[in-house]
Amino acid sequence: MSKVETFRQHHFEDVEQQHEASWLGMWVFLATEVMFFGGMFLCYFVYRHWYLQAFAAASNHLDIWLGAINTAVLICSSFTMAMAVYSAEIDRPKPLVRYLILTIVLGLVFLGIKLFEYHSKFEEHLVPGASFKFEESLAQPAEIFFSLYFAMTGMHAVHMIVGIGLLTALIVKARRGRFSAAYHTPVELTGLYWHFVDIVWIFLFPMLYLIGRHS
Amino acid sequence: MSGKPVVSVRTYALVFAALLVLTALTTAVAFVGEGLREMAALAIAVCKAVLVILYFMHVRYSDRLTWVFVGAGFFWLLILIGGTMDDVLTRPMLSPEAANITTQPR
Repeated sequence: MSKVETFRQHHFEDVEQQHEASWLGMWVFLATEVMFFGGMFLCYFVYRHWYLQAFAAASNHLDIWLGAINTAVLICSSFTMAMAVYSAEIDRPKPLVRYLILTIVLGLVFLGIKLFEYHSKFEEHLVPGASFKFEESLAQPAEIFFSLYFAMTGMHAVHMIVGIGLLTALIVKARRGRFSAAYHTPVELTGLYWHFVDIVWIFLFPMLYLIGRHS
Repeated sequence: MSGKPVVSVRTYALVFAALLVLTALTTAVAFVGEGLREMAALAIAVCKAVLVILYFMHVRYSDRLTWVFVGAGFFWLLILIGGTMDDVLTRPMLSPEAANITTQPR
């Protein structure tokens, strides 16, 4: 009882109410994130409708295999995150820390591959701006595609970096024994955030890499 | 709260395997399936997202209030995209000039 009460904040009736408030609050935040990314998705759909040919041509400059590998890496990281939450639920601090570390490592692999992709786009003059080079007739709409590509994958990468920061904080707390089967709300909510970022990529991958492809 | 996990390891592993299979499938469809691959790619992405939300994010095992919150987020996304595309897609029907302005590379 006393151990349970140590993490209850005074303005909540009981721990169930406290947990529900955190859980729903996180979902409200994720709904605002859906709107945030939704704006960019909408932008993509409108411009793709207007400049279908240029979007297909520009999309072919992305490496479909790197995109697919990164999708798999992110799905693996979602699985390790789910297992971290599971470890917390069954009160196993050591596996919890291990799964959190594994999730960070997979997140870093994803960002590493993304960095490599960005680097090659710079070398191929596909970064919007003064040195952007593309087939003359499609150059302007292709530049719009790459602006959206960098905006969307860039914002996604920022979310990954924030997520890695949150996971690092969780590891520190988990090693100090702050989480138990009775209380592991931060692990659970960071899991929701990480899975949400995974879902964003699940849509970015087909939209940017697959849909416009000429086989 | 009693130390009983919400979802079993077996369920997580099955969902994980399904997500990987769907990723392989959507990549394969990009190389074949001319014509229907756009719808296929988006349909597969929706399936994957639903799997993640229901199982990894525990929504399947959550109360109705959670469903309302999750549903509201996606419902507003539908209004945002549906309402705008409704205008963008039908504008050429009303005025051919409006279509020309936007389909020409400037």
